[in-house]
Amino acid sequence: MDSPKDLHDLSVTELQQQFVARKASALEAAQHFLRRARDFDALGAFVEIREDVTLAQARASDQRRAGGSAGALEGIPMAHKDIFVTRDFSSTAGSRMLAGYRSPFDATVVARLAAQGVVTLGKLSCDEFAMGSSNEHCAIAPLGHDRPQPVRNPWDRSRIPGGSSGGSAAAVAARLAPAATGTDTGGSIRQPASFCGITGIKPTYGRASRYGMVAFASSLDQAGVMARTAQDCALLLSTLCGPDPERDSTSLDRAAEDYTRALDDTVSGLRIGVPAEFFGAGLEPDVRAAVDGALKEYQRLGATLVPISLPRTELSIPVYYIIAPAEASSNLSRFDGVKFGYRAAEYGDLIDMYKKTRAQGFGDEPKRRVMIGAYVLSHGYYDAYYLQAQKIRRMIAEDFQQAFRQCDLIAGPVAPSVAWKIGERSDDPVANYLADIYTLPASLAGLPGMSLPAGLGAGGMPVGLQLIGNYYREGQLLNAAHCLQQATDFHIAKPAGI
Amino acid sequence: MSLTSSDISRIAHLARLALEPDESARMLTQINGFFDLVERMRGVDTTGIEPLAHPVDVIGEVALRLRPDVVSEPDNRAANQCSAPLVERGLFLVPKVIE
Repeated sequence: MDSPKDLHDLSVTELQQQFVARKASALEAAQHFLRRARDFDALGAFVEIREDVTLAQARASDQRRAGGSAGALEGIPMAHKDIFVTRDFSSTAGSRMLAGYRSPFDATVVARLAAQGVVTLGKLSCDEFAMGSSNEHCAIAPLGHDRPQPVRNPWDRSRIPGGSSGGSAAAVAARLAPAATGTDTGGSIRQPASFCGITGIKPTYGRASRYGMVAFASSLDQAGVMARTAQDCALLLSTLCGPDPERDSTSLDRAAEDYTRALDDTVSGLRIGVPAEFFGAGLEPDVRAAVDGALKEYQRLGATLVPISLPRTELSIPVYYIIAPAEASSNLSRFDGVKFGYRAAEYGDLIDMYKKTRAQGFGDEPKRRVMIGAYVLSHGYYDAYYLQAQKIRRMIAEDFQQAFRQCDLIAGPVAPSVAWKIGERSDDPVANYLADIYTLPASLAGLPGMSLPAGLGAGGMPVGLQLIGNYYREGQLLNAAHCLQQATDFHIAKPAGI
Repeated sequence: MSLTSSDISRIAHLARLALEPDESARMLTQINGFFDLVERMRGVDTTGIEPLAHPVDVIGEVALRLRPDVVSEPDNRAANQCSAPLVERGLFLVPKVIE
């Protein structure tokens, strides 16, 4: 693999080996991936690249390696979901409100990766403020386009890539980057990873710093990684996670771990809980067949399947869609046209300025959620909605603890169907909320969760297997995912024309 | 429960959003659809259940930490104001609030 034309087919781990063996340089890799970002701009995955910035980072990386001070991820090119703020690139959160916004600092996640030598390729499209599950709602025109575009799924460009980390998933699936960051509030890493046939993990809530992630729902938002293999996710997550006591008050006091250490442990004897509620009437038969196939593979590897129940699975939908908008309405109050971002061109008094700025700066989904949030937090409704939702949230989290007495991890589908067609569901926001049913429970409970490819379903579209672990058990999830990927080749499958 | 268009106006004011009439009408339908979805949550018996804010709190107390109350950030005014819509002599400009 000496020729640069193959660089995009290498995993992060393989790329690292090439760098160490001096068979490729960080500069060559950066140039190669930047070229691909432009060649595949029809996908709409990137919202910004800055060649000068990326190449300077790559040259500095090659110098560090030559000088004997290579970091753990030296020279690895990655792109960031545009929900992470970055000093050297615009940070828009996919919103007109932040078009062209330049952050004075880097998000902790971005800084931690850069400190280990990661070279930033650019910023990736996402649904506005990470609100959405289709990436049809990014208000920023992607690279090579004059107007905002939905991100296209590399497996079928007439379909959505999932969301809200849809740009990240599409970029990794199309080999425009070996890995990308994502964020998951209600499934925004797992669902697009599933729809684009890649591997993605969100760690336990509080393990990755939220500092510099444009806030959507603070008690749910969590950063994670998306790559093609569990091994790559383990490598990257080891750098990404770790306490950030000065910057994030909800960051947990748990030291970073090396998640690559236990990757090869056996899954023989592993008890995999299969929740009945994840296999109900709403699950499409093609998704069920692929998930069942992956579970059978685990049995062949010596794991035991244990029937379990998560009785409040359906309740997670209303609970999440109260808590997330409530927190969003509070977080998005900072967008007032005063300190940063968009301001309406014409207005009267201060209140009028706020109202016009926000009406013009926010798209439909943020407006809807800010409205719902303002209502459920308002006097007379707080107890009935927000507090009630927070109480049921505890019951949902306790259901998981009950389940983990019988099993080591939980497996099921990520979403009821494969990726749908662009525009197919855009008229009915509430129907879209229902499709989040399998990812919301783990989000509400703050548990680590991941999606890994489990084969193809209807229309030749990828299906993901969701694995949910108990708190702090990211290592166990990655181990189980890696074992499946050693025994199967679902994760090797590649979209046509890529 | 069904919201009316005057509820929508009141909520839009709380949320500081100037909605166009057709936008308000669409919002009314969608938000009512949303509250139908949420209704089943209200019947759940949660007597004696504590609300859960930090999810990991379910396996043990998570103490939300406080920073010492000391100045730690350097003066970074120019960088912090570079994306502000309207700045003059280092101050954010807004419409007059006191006559």
